[in-house]
Amino acid sequence: MNYFLSEELNDIREVCAEIAEKYIIPVRAELDEENRFPSEIIKVMAESDLCGIYIPEAYGGSAEMFGGGSMALCVATEELSRACGGVAVSFAANALGAMPILISGSEEQKQKYLPDLASGVKLAAFALTEPEAGSDAGGVKTKAIRDGDSYVLNGTKQWITNGGEAQIYTVIAQTDPSRGARGLSAFIVEEGTPGFSYGKKEDKMGIRASATRELIFEDCRVPAENLIAREGFGFIVAMKTLDRSRPGVAAQAVGIAQGAMDEAARYASERIQFGKRIDSFQAVQFMLADMATQIEAARALVYSTARMIDAGEKKFEKESAMAKVFASDTAMRVTTDAVQILGGYGYMKEYPVEKMMRDAKITQIYEGTNQIQRSVIASAVIKETASGSRK
Amino acid sequence: MRIVVAVKQVPDTSEVRIDEERGTLIREGVPSILNPFDEYALEEAMRWRDELGGSVTVVTMGPPQAEAVLREAVSMGADDALLLSDRAFAGADTWATSHTLARAVVKMGDVDVVMTGKQAIDGDTAQTGPGIAASLDWPQITFVGRVRELTQDSITAERYVEGGCEVIRSSLPVVITVLKDANTPRLPSLRGKMKARKMEIPVWGMHDLGLSPDEVGLDGSPTRVVRIMTPETSACGEIHRGEPGELAKLIADYLLGKEGE
Repeated sequence: MNYFLSEELNDIREVCAEIAEKYIIPVRAELDEENRFPSEIIKVMAESDLCGIYIPEAYGGSAEMFGGGSMALCVATEELSRACGGVAVSFAANALGAMPILISGSEEQKQKYLPDLASGVKLAAFALTEPEAGSDAGGVKTKAIRDGDSYVLNGTKQWITNGGEAQIYTVIAQTDPSRGARGLSAFIVEEGTPGFSYGKKEDKMGIRASATRELIFEDCRVPAENLIAREGFGFIVAMKTLDRSRPGVAAQAVGIAQGAMDEAARYASERIQFGKRIDSFQAVQFMLADMATQIEAARALVYSTARMIDAGEKKFEKESAMAKVFASDTAMRVTTDAVQILGGYGYMKEYPVEKMMRDAKITQIYEGTNQIQRSVIASAVIKETASGSRK
Repeated sequence: MRIVVAVKQVPDTSEVRIDEERGTLIREGVPSILNPFDEYALEEAMRWRDELGGSVTVVTMGPPQAEAVLREAVSMGADDALLLSDRAFAGADTWATSHTLARAVVKMGDVDVVMTGKQAIDGDTAQTGPGIAASLDWPQITFVGRVRELTQDSITAERYVEGGCEVIRSSLPVVITVLKDANTPRLPSLRGKMKARKMEIPVWGMHDLGLSPDEVGLDGSPTRVVRIMTPETSACGEIHRGEPGELAKLIADYLLGKEGE
């Protein structure tokens, strides 16, 4: 479908497609097998000016050129995910890590941290999840206690994407445990801060090129100027961050699905059974037709949401959740069907679709499970109904 | 350091076929690309520019649509581009082409190094680079696999030749032709693509270069392409089937000249 992307957005797609072809596809199976972070590829992305596409020009980025940055990020993430969901999320997680600073950071914080992220000199990560706080962000146990001109952090963050690879972390911690979610605050913690170390690196089902690691804070002293917004605003910062990043996960899902569909369609055109190409059989044709249709519908929803964000709409949590739910469920279905079309070959690691199926699963889980997304959507619908507003 | 990179738009030879009857290349529907060897020359030029400062200008001689490869080179990081295009240039052989390119280098002025790929993948002559040097009366280093050092007044390069490597030092200005061993060309960047799209590329014709009709194009070409054909291939291999042991013996005997004994 022609979405009439601007020339600049098409540039992003072309640059990402070329990186995918020359740098990602040749090594994706190896990165997956070895659970290895794609530092070299991230460096190429930085040299290609991709790292700053969601950051305003004032801080070294180029978001204005693409009409805001949300579409830019979605187009890039989708195209990279078509080749490898793991590499793509290593790229996109920087935007997630930078988002709290972009949305709620002070001018000084933006000036200090964003230029290095825009140039790709440094990577970022967002740290919210803990062993006992996932979907229920209010359950965060990591404490940040004010002490003079600094805060002292204690606790453990879990499953942090880009953990151990990033240099700049935006961390959600409790400054007032008595207030639950309202007692959360957001901090910027730099790698190398005394008391901040990395724990175990996870061995995952999919997106294995990406780094997923524990962050450990033991009497980690962070300057008070690293507090983002104000004390007690951490939950709001986190929610706003996730509302903005979910279209990125959705774009990742669309890309993974498209990659799987490309493989399945190509295979079906080459595989001969009963003397005919298997794409001449209606059973296979209808699977391909459903895959193509579902992917296009998901893409349309993702782009519409991203354009809405770029246009400056203030409320988009429902749309953001819808895009994430629909695209990730689509990715799971499409990748499963792609494995089915490739049959025995699809189940083998020699072919890329089994990896795509493993990679797709996470998109239904992270940055808010699809069950949580449905709750978000439902509560928006109920509120709209109660207020009598037409959507 | 001012470096000029001479590039060529070529048909993607992996997709080219020959029209046997007419003895010409079938170019319809074949994508045109930047000559791959020129990408190595461009990358080498940009690396030295990044290190020493200065600029990289890409130049090509060709029809107006050859501008596409100049824009591609700019998207990869070249600073300026120049198109040499004139109806009078049509049909040029390597002599007329290198003469025209050399004249452009003279007109640009203050050029320290001209780099180009070792050859173009369509004609495969590897003559244009040396031709530019001859026409300019500059020293040349062909088949460069590595530039060891480039300073304001000299270059030291490794020339990969059959069976060895010659290390050559030359004064500047100089012409070098680059092999793929030299580097890994970078990909186009977003900023480069945007710059390439907006850039106004100057076009110089025969009169701009102060050349006369008998020096350029077909009239300025001492050579003529008489015929293009696919050489007949004669398959003379033998296929044997059998157990690995027997087959190994067969090959060993054959190599030892004892076949049939």
